[in-house]
Amino acid sequence: MMAMNLEIKVCMGTGGMAAGGEGVLKAFEAELKHNGLEAGFGKCSSGKVGCRGFCARDVLVDVIVDGQKTTYQYIKPEMVSRIVKEHIMEGRPVAEWEVKEDYHIFHDKQIKVVLHDCGEIDPEDIGAYIERGGYEAAKKVLSELGPADVIELVKKSGLRGRGGAGFPTGVKWEAARKSPGDVKYIICNADEGDPGAFMDRSVIEGNPHSVIEGMIIAAYSVGASNGYVYIRAEYPLAVERLRIALDAARQKNLLGKNILGSGLDFDIKVKLGAGAFVCGEETALIASIEGERGMPRAKPPFPVASGLWGKPTVINNVETLANIPCIIRKGAEWFASLGTEKSRGTKVFALTGKVKNTGLIEIPMGIPLRDIVFEIGGGIENGKKYKAVQTGGPSGGCIPEDCLDVKIDYESLMQLGAIVGSGGMIVLDEDDCMVNVARYFLNFTQSESCGKCVPCRVGTKRLLEILDRITKGEGREGDIELLEKLSQDIKLTSLCGLGQTAPNPVLSTLKYFRHEYEAHIRDRKCPAKACRALITFSISEALCKGCGACMRACPAGAITGEKKQPHKLNQALCIKCGSCFDVCKFKAVVKE
Amino acid sequence: MPETALTEAEIEKLEGICAKYAGQKGSVIAVLQELESSFGYVAEKAVNFVADKMEMPRSHFYGVATFYAQFHFKPRGRNIITACSGTACHVKGSDRLIDNMVREFGLPEGEDTSADMRFTLEKVNCVGACSIAPVIIINKEVHGKMTTDKLNKEIKKLKGGQ
Ligand SMILES: Cc1cc2nc3c(=O)[nH]c(=O)nc-3n(C[C@H](O)[C@H](O)[C@H](O)COP(=O)(O)O)c2cc1C
Repeated sequence: MMAMNLEIKVCMGTGGMAAGGEGVLKAFEAELKHNGLEAGFGKCSSGKVGCRGFCARDVLVDVIVDGQKTTYQYIKPEMVSRIVKEHIMEGRPVAEWEVKEDYHIFHDKQIKVVLHDCGEIDPEDIGAYIERGGYEAAKKVLSELGPADVIELVKKSGLRGRGGAGFPTGVKWEAARKSPGDVKYIICNADEGDPGAFMDRSVIEGNPHSVIEGMIIAAYSVGASNGYVYIRAEYPLAVERLRIALDAARQKNLLGKNILGSGLDFDIKVKLGAGAFVCGEETALIASIEGERGMPRAKPPFPVASGLWGKPTVINNVETLANIPCIIRKGAEWFASLGTEKSRGTKVFALTGKVKNTGLIEIPMGIPLRDIVFEIGGGIENGKKYKAVQTGGPSGGCIPEDCLDVKIDYESLMQLGAIVGSGGMIVLDEDDCMVNVARYFLNFTQSESCGKCVPCRVGTKRLLEILDRITKGEGREGDIELLEKLSQDIKLTSLCGLGQTAPNPVLSTLKYFRHEYEAHIRDRKCPAKACRALITFSISEALCKGCGACMRACPAGAITGEKKQPHKLNQALCIKCGSCFDVCKFKAVVKE
Repeated sequence: MPETALTEAEIEKLEGICAKYAGQKGSVIAVLQELESSFGYVAEKAVNFVADKMEMPRSHFYGVATFYAQFHFKPRGRNIITACSGTACHVKGSDRLIDNMVREFGLPEGEDTSADMRFTLEKVNCVGACSIAPVIIINKEVHGKMTTDKLNKEIKKLKGGQ
C-alpha cells in the first residue's frame, strides 16, 4: 500500500440523504473493512459531511488520498466497490464518475464564507470544527475584546441581517446593549418559512457550531445570558444536529457557566416551531416562544427594547449569526471588502426551479443575476426559455429577462420590485404562467395570515379570489385595476411585514407580465399553457403511432385506441393532468 | 365518533407530561407537541386532562393548538404521506402528484385521511429540499425528483405492505 492517508466524505444533508447518502457511506465502510484497508493507512476516515451545495448531483463523494481530492457525483451504493478497488487500492480514479467541468463552473464564481466549512466537516463532530479554526473567534472575543469593541467591529464590517429586512446587525446589538435591564435574550431565527428556501437548514445541518459561536459572541456583546434557537419542526435533521452540537459545546464549557473562565454565563435552548409562517416575524416568534398564538404586534417597542418576556432581545437570522465568527477571525475590513458599498459580504441563495444546476450557492453581493442563472446555474433545463427569477418568496417579486443584468444587492433588487429576501431564488421558464405564480403566493399568504388585522386577513382573501377567477378564465374587465388598488391598500395598512409585502408577487408580475393577465381576461387564454381551465389536450391522428403509452399513463381512463392505430382522447373524461403529454415520444399529444 | 376514555397507561403518560412542564412558563406549545407525538394527534380527552391538571383554561390550549398547522384534531392514517407544496415543488408539478394521490388513496372530498385509516395525505409549505423538487415524504423518508410513475410504485408497495 503506497498511500498514507485516506479520507472519504459523503454528502449527508437532507438532499444527500434523500439521494441515498446513508447507504453510500455504509457501503464505503463495509468495503474498506472487507478489504482490510483501514490498517494500511496512517489515517483513514470515512464520514458524513453537510450540504456541499450542488444537490442536483447527489450523492456527492470526496475521496481524498494523501491530500489529493477526487469528487464523484451521482454515487449509489452499488458503485462503491469499484471506487474502492480501482481508485483506493489500485490508484486509478474512476474517471467516468468524477465531476466534470460544469461542477467547477458551478463553484468558480462563488465565495464561501458562511458555507466555508459546510460540506467539509462532520457536523456532528465539534473537533472537526475546532480543527479548522472554530471557536477561535469566541475565545478571542472573550479574552481580548470588550463588548463595545465587538459591536464596533460588527458595525464596521457592514453586515446586514440576512433574514430579509437587511437591518445593520451592529446597530441592532448596540441598541440591545444600551437597553436597560439585567436580563437580556439572544434569539436565533431558524424558522425559515419562505417556500423555496433552504439556506438556514443547510447551514445548521452542515455546520451548526458556526451559529452557536455567533450566538456566544452576540450574547457577550449584548450582555445576554439566555439564548433560544427557534427552529422549524419540519427540519428534523437540522434539529438533531443542532442538539448534538449544543451538547458538545456544553461539554467543552463553550456554553454554560463562566464560559472558558471569562465570567460569561450563557446557554441556549431549542424551541421547535409548530408550523406557522408568520412566526418567522420577530414579534410573532417571541409570542410563540412564550407559548402563545404566534401573532405579531405593532412596533415600536422593538424587541431590542422589549422582546421576550418583555426583556431586551436581539433576534438574528441563522446566516447573520454564522457570519459573525468569520468577521472576528478575518477582520471587519476583509468582510467589508466583499460585496458592494451598501451590501457587504456574501449571501447564500437556494437556487432552484427550472435551472440545470440546482443547489445551495454563496456569492459575493453585487454579481449580476445573469451570472447566477447562466453560469452557476448552467442555464435553463430542457432547452426551454428563461422567463423570470422569483426572489424573496411570498414577500418578493419576479425579475424578467430584460433585467437579468441587475446586480444582486438589497437596493438594486428593491428598485425592480423584488427583494434579496432570505435567499430563495426560483427560476421560471416559458411553461410557467405568471398569473398562476402570483396566485400560488397569494394562496400561501392568505392561508398563513394570522388574522389579527383586517387588511391582511380579508385583503389577501379578496386578492386570491380575483386571481383564482382570472386563472379559471372568468376574469373581468377592471380586475387588473382592482388588483392594483387593493394591493396598495394592503401594503399601506397591514400590521406586520406579512401583510405589508403579501401583494408584492401580484404587483411585480403585473409590472412585467401584464400581457399574461390580459390574455387570461380578454382572450381566455393562458399564454404559458399552464392554467388547466384554459387548455385542452388532444391527440393528433397524423402523428400518433398507437404505442399506447398515453393510454397507460392516463389516470382518468380518458384515452382509448387499438395497438398501432391512432388513439382518441375523450374530452369529457380528461382531467388535464398532462400525463399523456409528458409520456408521448412522438409529440402526438397536442396542448392548446 | 366519540372518543373512548383514557386508559391507565395514557393517564400515566399524561401525568408524566404535566410533571415535566409544571411551573415552566410558555410551555403550552411544547405540551401540545408531546400530545401530538404520543397520540398521533391532539386528542380532546388528552387536552382536557392536561389543561385541568395544569390548572389552565382548556380554551387556552385549543386557542394555541388551532393556530399552528402542526396540530391535528383527528386520528391520522397508518401511513403518512407528506407532499411538499413549496415554490420549487409547485413549479415542478407537485399539484399533479397530489391529485394522483387523492385518487389512489380514495380520499373523500375535503378529507386528508382514507376511510380505512391506511393513508393520510398532508401538504406542507416547504420541507426545504427544493433542489430535488418535487419532493414527497413517505413515512418520514424523503423522496426527491418524484414522478407519477415512481410515486405509484411506492404507493403499490405501501398497499401491498398492509
Ligand atoms: C412574515 C415574516 C416572516 C419572516 N420569516 C423569517 C424567517 O423565516 N427567518 C428569518 O430569519 N427572518 C424572518 N423574518 C424577518 C424577521 O422578522 C427578522 O427581521 C429577522 O429575523 C431579523 O434577523 P436579521 O436582522 O439577522 O435578519 C420574517 C419577517 C416576516 C414579516
